[in-house]
Amino acid sequence: MATSSPPAARTPVLAVHGLAKSVGGARQLFAGLELSVAPGETVAIMGESGAGKSTLLNLLAGLDVADAGEVRVAGLALTGLDEAKRTALRRDRIGFVFQAFHVLPHLTLGQNVALPLLLKGAAPKEGLARAATLLAAVGLEGRAGDYPAVLSGGEMQRVAIARALVHAPMLLLADEPTGNLDPQIADKVLALLLGQARAQGAALVMVTHSARAAAQTDRVLQLAADGLHPVVLHHASD
Amino acid sequence: MRAIDLPPACGWLIGGEWRAHPGRLVVAVLAIAVGVALGFAVHLVNTAALSSFARAVGSVSGTADVQARSISPRGVDEALYPRLARIPGVATVSPVVELSGRLPPREAGMGGQRITVLGIDSLRAMAATPSLLGMPVGNSGRDLALTDGIYLSRAAMVAAGASPGKTVRIVAAGVARDLRVAGVLAGAGEEAMLGVLDIGEAQWRFGQLGRLQRFDIKLDEGADRDTVLARLEATLPAEAEIVRAEDEASRSASLSRAYRVNLGMLAMVALLTGGFLVFSAQSLSVARRGPQFALLRVLGMRPASLRALVLLEGAALGLVGATLGVAAGFGMAAGVLAILGGDLGGGYFRGGSVPLNFDPLAAAGFAALGLAVAVASSWWPAATAARAQPAVALKAGVEAGDPRDRWPAWPGAALLAGGGLAALAPPVFGLPLLGYAAMALLLAGGVVIMPWAARALFGPLRHLRWPLPVELALARLWGAPAAAAVALSGIVASTSLMVAMAVMVTSFRGSVDEWLGQLLPADVYIHVEGTEAGGLPRELQARLAAIPGVRSVAFVRQLPIKLSPDAPAVVLSGQPVRADPAAALPLIGATLPVPTGAVPVWVSEPMAWLNDIEAGDRITLPLVGPVFVAGIWRDYARQFGAVAMDEADFERLTGDTGKTEAAFTLDPGQDAAPVMRAVRAALPEGVREQTIIAEPRVMRVQALAIFDQSFMVTYALEVIAILIGLVGVATAFSAQTLARVREFGVMRHLGVQRAQIGWQLASEGAALGLLGALAGLSLGLVMAQVLIQVINPQSFHWTMETRLPWGLLTGLVTALVVAAAGTAVLAGRRALSGEAVLAVRDDW
Repeated sequence: MATSSPPAARTPVLAVHGLAKSVGGARQLFAGLELSVAPGETVAIMGESGAGKSTLLNLLAGLDVADAGEVRVAGLALTGLDEAKRTALRRDRIGFVFQAFHVLPHLTLGQNVALPLLLKGAAPKEGLARAATLLAAVGLEGRAGDYPAVLSGGEMQRVAIARALVHAPMLLLADEPTGNLDPQIADKVLALLLGQARAQGAALVMVTHSARAAAQTDRVLQLAADGLHPVVLHHASD
Repeated sequence: MRAIDLPPACGWLIGGEWRAHPGRLVVAVLAIAVGVALGFAVHLVNTAALSSFARAVGSVSGTADVQARSISPRGVDEALYPRLARIPGVATVSPVVELSGRLPPREAGMGGQRITVLGIDSLRAMAATPSLLGMPVGNSGRDLALTDGIYLSRAAMVAAGASPGKTVRIVAAGVARDLRVAGVLAGAGEEAMLGVLDIGEAQWRFGQLGRLQRFDIKLDEGADRDTVLARLEATLPAEAEIVRAEDEASRSASLSRAYRVNLGMLAMVALLTGGFLVFSAQSLSVARRGPQFALLRVLGMRPASLRALVLLEGAALGLVGATLGVAAGFGMAAGVLAILGGDLGGGYFRGGSVPLNFDPLAAAGFAALGLAVAVASSWWPAATAARAQPAVALKAGVEAGDPRDRWPAWPGAALLAGGGLAALAPPVFGLPLLGYAAMALLLAGGVVIMPWAARALFGPLRHLRWPLPVELALARLWGAPAAAAVALSGIVASTSLMVAMAVMVTSFRGSVDEWLGQLLPADVYIHVEGTEAGGLPRELQARLAAIPGVRSVAFVRQLPIKLSPDAPAVVLSGQPVRADPAAALPLIGATLPVPTGAVPVWVSEPMAWLNDIEAGDRITLPLVGPVFVAGIWRDYARQFGAVAMDEADFERLTGDTGKTEAAFTLDPGQDAAPVMRAVRAALPEGVREQTIIAEPRVMRVQALAIFDQSFMVTYALEVIAILIGLVGVATAFSAQTLARVREFGVMRHLGVQRAQIGWQLASEGAALGLLGALAGLSLGLVMAQVLIQVINPQSFHWTMETRLPWGLLTGLVTALVVAAAGTAVLAGRRALSGEAVLAVRDDW
């Protein structure tokens, strides 16, 4: 079901006000962008190529700096945080899923998934135990000791989803999470992503070209130069 | 929040990387291990040799407070003894005859081992040098003063195959004597080759009546040492000097100091080259893992933690390399001591075996040095990893950035200029430390300037028309000069070092060969050892000159003289010079006209350098007085100097008419062998055993063999540098090629054939190999000039003419280009072996 209306008003996990960004000091990507995402809410952001969807995601994660405006994650304004605090915020509160799966090839699946926990200070044993649980949840039970080389694309993205959720983030950011997958696998992976996010009560902001994928979220927004606009999808297909 | 969240994950990350690329790990570890091993081995061997040498000196000297020594082996008049004994503050003076002798050979045709023969007064020695007293065994020894016996050290006993009660033949001072072994010298060191007998017996049997070579002096307790020493020095004649224990230690150390420092420095240069290879390996690894590091940043790893991760990797491989290096260094030291002896082939120390001791402090020091080099080499890659923008790196992959970015030449040029300036600096504490700093700066400058050089060379080439693979290769090399520079850094560092050492050794060897040719123009030479008896007397000289087939004989007398007590002796040589100095000596420049009434001398290059002497100077020498320096001559034989004067002047000023060397010029067509037999027959027994007779051809071969042996460690370092360099090249290209799997996949999608990519890689490899080899060659030639013009003269005080080993250099450049191209193609085959579709989908 796709909808442009926000759910019941709760303290937003993500709040964006008047965000503006240009590239190369000349081309304005967007300005005056507003967005509020409630806990557990799933939002899809669509837009033309070059509209700045990935750049917006980077701004939301504190990986890039806006020209103007404010991004708040869990009430914390990213603009007021230094690099170390933004890094800590990502580590503690945000999970990521990428189009290219970015699974570290030299670590086992268990180690890949446990990595965010270890970065938070967990002991390896504890991290690996939690990773095994998450791997089981994404359909890779008993595969914690395997290396990524033996996985298919869909399996690799499942690992990435498990890694994104392992530290129970309150916000998931996904950049074309199904872009590298064929439609059947993409549906399964997306269902898994949304299901796990909802199960954990994490909000999800997903950038996608796929209307089919966007239609699975609570709200779909179109990125334009003057900000985000609600979209009502009539066909839940690409 | 925890200060650092690295440790658990970093174990996984480092372990994973090493498991995935063990070859690269092995090269980096070996690069450090080799440098540490060489440095530690050289240190261990030097320490072992010096302490062994010091023990040997101590064994021969006994435990006297101070010694008065004759400068010449002929000794001084024994009338000096009572005068020294009467000096206030002197408790005891023990007079000593000290002769260098030989034991009988163990096998026929072989030379006997050298032995120091001391004649002592046992009653006096009991007070001054009790360690020189022998211990009688059974009934064989009664009272040292009353017997005709000799006490031998354990090593001498073994070497002579003797035992108490048996007779041993000792040749010394030109005579052979059979002496009964009275017992063992328990106080002599394990390795000392020493024999002690009664002083009267020694004077009588070895023709030293009325002569003494040294006086062992015990001072009164409570006497002011400096005052007594001043009184002693005032009493001594010109041909004797005071020698303190510290002078002896200083002399033995200074004898080989420059050689030891040079070897140590060469080991450090090898470690530095290892550092460049670690830098190369780490940079490539960081570049390849750019997106992985970006992911870690996105997941919450701080830049400082990422930097720490790469530094930790460097430290870990440094630690493994250093540990291996210390173990290998100890093994290498044991092997070197067994094969080359304690002087590493340098010819400074003679004697028996040298015991090796593990030095934990030095081991820790060299391990720390290896660790520091590995960490320092990882610093820049670590900073690069920490600087990367995660969003950009995740998107762009390995090499983000605009290929048109400018690469400045000034940092490299500044380092090169700094190297040039350091090369002009004078020695520090008598050592070419700034010369080595110059080499390090030149090396660093050469590496740092490589991105600019790659741009400067490949930029213009891009505009020419090439086949597609070459065009792609040039575009890549021009567009990613930093990646090219990383591969080049290892090549340039190792090539320049190899070239510098090869050119220096070739120049030195060629100059020595030419010098030998100039120095040995006659047909037969003889050299007499054991000159305490005065060398070849006049009547023997006449007999030798009258041997049939001999057209003329040039006799030479060589005497050691001391310019200062703590400096090694220089050689004063009386020989026919004045008639034609240019024919008699390998002069550097012309000989000056001699002022009326002046005594001309020609000083060797090391002596001129060490004592700041120039042609035209007037100097005063011990034994002969004021002289005029008429010229400088090249001498590679005596590192601390020699001075030649005409034999007539020598005999007139010293009164010494005995000769220690002779050069025979034969009649035209005369075979040397019968003359050599006749010379041997003419020599009296005793002198014969201590005389070396040789043809210049053989001497030349022997001299060059000794040269090669003394450079064996250098050759070994060179071979190691070549191997490390080639392995470094292979690793760099392999890593870079494998990191570009996705690029090749895209090209395959676009319709580029496998073979074309192979050619592109071969072209890239060959072009980089050629650039690296040419840059390394140029830098190496400059560094060779620093070795030839700065480090050698400052270390050994001699010069040489540059000679280029063209064959070796051509082979080296060819090997590097072939290795680079071949490795690139081999790695490319591996990279292209997978499906193109998979390559494009490949995560990293």
